[in-house]
Amino acid sequence: MPFISNTAEQRQEMLAAIGLTMEDLFGDIPKDLMAGSFKLPRGLTEQEVRNRLADLAAKNHIDLTCFLGGGFYDHFIPAAIYGLIGRSEFYTAYTPYQPELSQGTLQAIYEYQSAICRLTGMEVANASLYDGGTALYEAMMMALRITGRNKIIIDDSVNPIYRVMMHSYTRNLRIELEQTHCEDGLANRRRILAGLDNETAAVIVQNPNFFGCIDDFTDIAEAAHAVGALLVVSAYPISLGILKDPGSMGADIVTGEGQSLGMPMSFGGPYLGFMASLTKHVRKMPGRIVGRTLDRQGRQAFVLTLQAREQHIRRAKATSNICSNEALCALTALLYMSLMGKEGLRETAQLCADRASYAYHRITAIDGVRPHFHAKWFFNEFVVDLPCEAADVVARLIEKGFAAGFPLSRYYDGMDNALLICVTEKRTKQEIGMLAEALDAVL
Amino acid sequence: MRLLFEKSVLGRRGIRVPAADVPTTINLRGDLLREAPAELPELSELDVVRHFTELSRRNFGVDTNFYPLGSCTMKYNPKVAERIASYPGFAHLHPLLPQLRIGGMLTQGALAVLYETDLLLREITGMAGFTMQPLAGAHGELCGMMIMAAYHHDRGNDKTTVLIPDSAHGTNPASAAIAGYDVVSVPTDEHGVMDLKAFKAAVNDKVAGVMLTCPNTLGLFNPHIREICDVIHRVDGLAYYDGANLNAIVGKARPGDFGFDIVHLNLHKTFATPHGGGGPGAGPVGVTEPLVDFLPVSIVVKRNDGTYALEYDRARSIGYVAPFYGNFGIVLRAYVYMLMLGREGLAEVAENAVLNANYVRCRLKGHYKLAYEGVCKHECVFTVTDEMAANEVHAIDIAKALIDRGFHPPTVYFPTVVKESMMIEPTETESKETLDAFIDAMIEIAQLATTDPQKLKDAPITTPVSRPDEVVAAKNLDIACL
Repeated sequence: MPFISNTAEQRQEMLAAIGLTMEDLFGDIPKDLMAGSFKLPRGLTEQEVRNRLADLAAKNHIDLTCFLGGGFYDHFIPAAIYGLIGRSEFYTAYTPYQPELSQGTLQAIYEYQSAICRLTGMEVANASLYDGGTALYEAMMMALRITGRNKIIIDDSVNPIYRVMMHSYTRNLRIELEQTHCEDGLANRRRILAGLDNETAAVIVQNPNFFGCIDDFTDIAEAAHAVGALLVVSAYPISLGILKDPGSMGADIVTGEGQSLGMPMSFGGPYLGFMASLTKHVRKMPGRIVGRTLDRQGRQAFVLTLQAREQHIRRAKATSNICSNEALCALTALLYMSLMGKEGLRETAQLCADRASYAYHRITAIDGVRPHFHAKWFFNEFVVDLPCEAADVVARLIEKGFAAGFPLSRYYDGMDNALLICVTEKRTKQEIGMLAEALDAVL
Repeated sequence: MRLLFEKSVLGRRGIRVPAADVPTTINLRGDLLREAPAELPELSELDVVRHFTELSRRNFGVDTNFYPLGSCTMKYNPKVAERIASYPGFAHLHPLLPQLRIGGMLTQGALAVLYETDLLLREITGMAGFTMQPLAGAHGELCGMMIMAAYHHDRGNDKTTVLIPDSAHGTNPASAAIAGYDVVSVPTDEHGVMDLKAFKAAVNDKVAGVMLTCPNTLGLFNPHIREICDVIHRVDGLAYYDGANLNAIVGKARPGDFGFDIVHLNLHKTFATPHGGGGPGAGPVGVTEPLVDFLPVSIVVKRNDGTYALEYDRARSIGYVAPFYGNFGIVLRAYVYMLMLGREGLAEVAENAVLNANYVRCRLKGHYKLAYEGVCKHECVFTVTDEMAANEVHAIDIAKALIDRGFHPPTVYFPTVVKESMMIEPTETESKETLDAFIDAMIEIAQLATTDPQKLKDAPITTPVSRPDEVVAAKNLDIACL
């Protein structure tokens, strides 16, 4: 059998050594509970399975020129990442429970936590959460714990995929989730400030928001803090190469989807939820945290720390139920940030913005296409109104080889003609020009 | 070893970014920008490669050597699965593509993987339908508890409590609590399984369900499992199967046949996906027919013309627990594993996992104290002998001594129902030679515990660090270098 080392002879030898039979080993399962059915196909060889999966992979169309974003991005991935992430000392290890055998994982997580803090302008970060959506949910729960309150204000310019997740998670809990409707593409300040009261635990906003628009939430942070509420910001890490960091705006908790930091899109996962906060809140933070300490000979050493917050110690009273997180994805993000470095990340972010700006001007110059919002500050995504239904136009452009963007009608009422277009640094001037021409042709 | 940030040299570059071939942007306003770039390190590609290669050498994985970390199932992770997950057709597929009109037809290969995995898992567990959405085992538990809550809400049941044995993994009570339930802990009986009398006494109309691992974290199969499910059903409660230990019975017995209603699986445990040093995992959840409507959206369905589609319009669904279709890359690896093992191979997984565990149990029982007598399933739990205790030798000392002998230690101090516990799970992929070498090392350590216990207290001496101070780590918190 594949992947099983013992031969039939060895099994007999082992059974003889312990004086038991294979029937004895399963004799503790009552006879009437043995499997009623187990109709699985016969096993395939490696050659057969690779052929079969290669056929399935070929049925996925990755040849479209991708202008799809929506929080999940087609960024360039340096080759060195694949080489290092493939080292099996990293990927075949478990959670670092034995620090002497896990200094590699532990130091990498410590460095990752540091890099996330530097990027977001925050003081502390955890070892990772599952994805940007569950990270935002965890931030909400953390804000409830910190404030002892139960009302959350969330603007609908926050990724709708995350908002539907928050609704699922809060359905059985006594949490008041108040949604504000964005104003001309930006978080609705009027409604947010009016909603802030002594019951409010947090305001949740996103930058750049789902429409790609960029904002400065300093005023919202001040208003929230004035009533004892927190500001939670969901951020797009690549944009932080040039955009004002949430820490500078006064954010209390910052989360986001880390996929853009070196992870392939992989049809939705594995991704990376990151979370950063302030030192004063660290004991309320969910997830693993790695700390630096000394060993008994005074050498620098890294360990899992503040474990008293976690499920394996606190059980039902833990800050979260999370156990396995996304350690290998956090390592990927650290590799990406290390290779990009200070200047590389800034230049990548700038190139995204430049090419998006170029695309915006090419596309809004097409007859009948106009910007959806008056707000003109955006990072690498923008919304345009087409003269007809966006979903239909996107379908026609697929036939011409483009994933032209995401039609917003799926999540927003009254936006049937609105299309969210994303441009990463991978999209060349030529590709952008071809999209503009193709769009012009189908309209 | 110096930190990445300490190796930074002003002006050094790892990556060159293409020069802009378009006019400089006018879509950004100055006051929305950061004043200075984030202080990431400045390193060459070689600097980065050397740093992380050195870090990897300070790590221990299944590929390094035997890793009998009980309850964690550190089996070999087939390389072919890594290879297939890197196929561009899977790795570079945008998750929003199938949500575009006609987009579903552009992702038929990926949807087929999800659909086929669902069918295989149904047959393996005896469930009627699966969701691939949960992103780890504990996330699956939460999803399962949300399904339980939705069921009771739908029935108009007023349920407040979930029963969980005290030997359970900590995620069980944490997941139930986060889903909004009060948790009642049920004690373990003298045979190492949930106390049936105490369980029955705890069951009442307010009980929403019971959460169980079977075999449990002591490696023991609960002979009353059917009765437990029946008792909980009598108060319209649901039986939740934590599939963390399915690897012990896969191909032999199925939780659906025991009477369970909801099942989660940790794909890395039974289906050999790599654990990544703490994730990513995947925790598909399966349910019986009456609960299928509550599964999260979306669900992959096969249409009459043989094509696959995502179904979102499910009125009774609990909604989304993840943004898309789960950790697809992990589900894909598990699918590859199931295809390669097939019917006979999967049954051999259980047989060899159980044989290996019992071989270790029998060969070590004269040298360490067995927590519970009798045949075990995938793992066995030992504790220190009275003589070791008298010499103040603890489980941690035995663990650290194993490190110096080239082995990863077993899980120590869990489950907490056994004092000084050492939980050994060899897994099916290990050979007799490896087990014998481990057993020899354990016996040698047991002898040292009597003859020279200080040697064990001094361990490990072969590692870059030895017994880091965790108290200082928590007290003088240093969790980021800013």
